[in-house]
Amino acid sequence: MFVAVKGGEKAINNAHKLLAEARRGDTSIPEISIEQIEQQLSLSVDRVMSEGSLYDRLLAATAIKQARGDLIEAIFLVRASRTTLTSFGYSQPLNTSEMQVLRRISATYKDLPGGQVLGPTFDYTHRLIDKNLEQTNNFPTAIKAPASNEATPHVLGLLSDEGLMEQPPTDTDAEPNDLTREPLSFPANRDTRLQSLARGDEGFLLALAYSTQRGYARTHPFAGEIRIGKVAVEFTPEELGFTLELGEIEITECEMVNQFTGSKNTPPQFTRGYGITFGQGERKAMSMALVDRALRAEELSEDLVAPAQDEEFVLSHCDNVQATGFVEHLKLPHYVDFQAELELVRKMRAEQNVGQSQTSEAAE
Amino acid sequence: MNEIPPKEPLIETIIEPATQIDPNYNFAYLNEQTKKMIRRALLKAVAIPGYQVPFAGREMPMPYGWGTGGVQITASILTPDDVLKVIDQGADDTTNAVSIRKFFQRTAGIATTLNTAAATVIQTRHRIPEQKLQEGQILVYQVPIPEPLRFLEPRETETRKMHAFEDYGLMHVKLYEDISQHGHIATTYAYPVMVENHYVMDPSPIPKFDNPKMNNNPALQLFGAGREKRIYAIPPYTKVVSLDFEDHPFEIQAWDQPCEICGAEDSFLDEVIMDDQGTRMFVCSDSDYCQSRSEVQS
Repeated sequence: MFVAVKGGEKAINNAHKLLAEARRGDTSIPEISIEQIEQQLSLSVDRVMSEGSLYDRLLAATAIKQARGDLIEAIFLVRASRTTLTSFGYSQPLNTSEMQVLRRISATYKDLPGGQVLGPTFDYTHRLIDKNLEQTNNFPTAIKAPASNEATPHVLGLLSDEGLMEQPPTDTDAEPNDLTREPLSFPANRDTRLQSLARGDEGFLLALAYSTQRGYARTHPFAGEIRIGKVAVEFTPEELGFTLELGEIEITECEMVNQFTGSKNTPPQFTRGYGITFGQGERKAMSMALVDRALRAEELSEDLVAPAQDEEFVLSHCDNVQATGFVEHLKLPHYVDFQAELELVRKMRAEQNVGQSQTSEAAE
Repeated sequence: MNEIPPKEPLIETIIEPATQIDPNYNFAYLNEQTKKMIRRALLKAVAIPGYQVPFAGREMPMPYGWGTGGVQITASILTPDDVLKVIDQGADDTTNAVSIRKFFQRTAGIATTLNTAAATVIQTRHRIPEQKLQEGQILVYQVPIPEPLRFLEPRETETRKMHAFEDYGLMHVKLYEDISQHGHIATTYAYPVMVENHYVMDPSPIPKFDNPKMNNNPALQLFGAGREKRIYAIPPYTKVVSLDFEDHPFEIQAWDQPCEICGAEDSFLDEVIMDDQGTRMFVCSDSDYCQSRSEVQS
């Protein structure tokens, strides 16, 4: 006798209990704490905050723990939590030239005001597994310079002063478009594109950025400046009419300098690609800057020849929460549609068989 | 074979009463700002049948592609007095239907049912219930790809123009090419329809068997595509025509046998593989329809 596929609810509940067990792992090993994740897996936390579009270190750490370290799942958790929050306004633009710099490098000038500051970087480490990490409490102490009062102006600003750099957009008072409040529509403005890229998947942007370096929309980039550090977030409540500081956040900012040979209306000059992330996300910020510049092809009257220049292609596919949902929805039952396809294929095969036997009869 | 029972099942309807709402969330999860935004999109969609209205879809606590569009619509239209039914593949007990029903039990505390007739709101994936819907009922469809022209023209900027100009030549050429190559229109689900002689619309991946049920239906039909951020609607008693040609009229699927549980000859059947010898069984995909007919018979 046919048994209907009942008991879905019970199966789901049990699966969730099993998941909780699997997350905890071997109980003879101490459970990892949210604070440990926040402190010791801080680059994971930074990525989850960036792509989750929510600056909350402990919430991101909790999401990482709940997701068993699956960062896209953690990003998804943070995004769904963000949905329940009420939006009360937009901050003032961050003033990143006032940044308290932890790291600041330029690949275009050997030395510059504010200096080159390496900060905590993987660059120049030899990628040899450090067996010392198998023991705890085994790490060297760094010698830290006293906080500097020297200004660290933007490298691209120095180029602008000479007129070699395109002028930045001026209407900074305009309210930005917000993808989390308005649906994406095309053609998109640069603010929408930048927001979309900032929320976009690091791996996808990395691959697209790489493709521009390999000739699919080459942009001749130089890392004008990468800076990581803390900046103040300011907000002007309408009812008060003056600006308040809400707190500090850590960000990574990348400004690429790209060659531009000029067009009918514009003299040869350098153009910029911009990337930003919460926390320390240098790879993502650099990728974003390259893709941002590639997406400006139309504005700069360049030939549209590659995926990285295609706004609809890039923006429609860079969101990993959307992508993972739709790819993974193929796990859901599709037996009704599959039944419909089965019926058609059987019918067409039957007709083909009839057709073939008629042809062979005619040949005999 | 038993006598065919009457179409309207005479069995008692079963309603799971309202439950405790999880106090951590607003009624039906979404905040009121968001619900208002979605209701505005719904009103526009009802006013322009078949037109895809962009809306600022939110991230929901279930994955994109798993019914977030339908869930957002349902969350925005539910009232505490509603009775909700959720189906996937026609059945109430498929895992994702269970999951969505539980979500609303937890966040809205509303009554739920498996009976099509007892529900005021029915959220569905891939089917329209076999039992005729009534005035006052709302059918909410989960839509993966709302754009019927998407696989002919991937660009949104182009397809929106095509809809505005009613430029559907490309779709007719596709259907014609199917016939010339296969002898049939090779679309068996998500079969395109024209709504009130204007917009060509994707009916979501329901089998074309269900397409005729959309036409002149007394219930309100709402469609939500969360990932693609589109809402569209078919108001009650609206003309919905499946695209076809005079010499190749639209046809629906038919089976050589009735449902092996309830004997229905008018319902969409699922094929169930019984063993590794290729034994198959055909049963109704609509579990409520099948069960209510079986109960009447016994």
